Amino acid sequence: MARISGVDLPRNKKMGVALTYIYGVGPVVAQDVLARAKVDVHKRTDVLTEEEIARIRDVIDSTYRVEGDLRREISMNIKRLMDLGCYRGLRHRKGLPVRGQRTHSNARTRRGKRSSMVRR
Amino acid sequence: MARSLKKGPFVDAHLWKKVAGESQVASRQIIKTWSRRSTVTPEFIGRTFAIHNGKKFIPVFVTENMVGHKLGEFAPTRHFVTHPTDKKVKKGLR
Repeated sequence: MARISGVDLPRNKKMGVALTYIYGVGPVVAQDVLARAKVDVHKRTDVLTEEEIARIRDVIDSTYRVEGDLRREISMNIKRLMDLGCYRGLRHRKGLPVRGQRTHSNARTRRGKRSSMVRR
Repeated sequence: MARSLKKGPFVDAHLWKKVAGESQVASRQIIKTWSRRSTVTPEFIGRTFAIHNGKKFIPVFVTENMVGHKLGEFAPTRHFVTHPTDKKVKKGLR
């Protein structure tokens, strides 16, 4: 069982996959981290040595922003837009799509579930 | 696709003349502009622009954070209309 950058302990998976359980680490970043830490991509989490875990941890901490830091950065970026009073900020405030998509129909991911106003 | 760095930020020539040239003459005057497509450059900071939104001019005070955005982003062109939900609907139901 390995604990890397916070509360992540995926187990019994190949390292290339296991690392993607960390927020901010996808397949590409996982490959890169393992290459730099000189750990085999196909090795499973529970057979890692302490030393290997330490190396992975070092690489991630020094080169990537993950988990809480990354979440904070993203929400700060959004907050900046909202405070500016620019168009993108307004869209964030209203919970509507930001990048010019249509809202006549669809856009359900941003707008959430349909409200039942139509029935009345 | 992002604009080539080689070209630098785009600012309409007529607006640039007002910002850069006029700054000594009447630096605190509001600049009325239709040029929504111009990028905010560091020279704009601390000045107020009246940006046309298609109907009227929206006064915008430019701060440091706004650099890199276009002027038009700060003057919305659409009016957001909602149905008058609460009061009328409740009255109608009773």
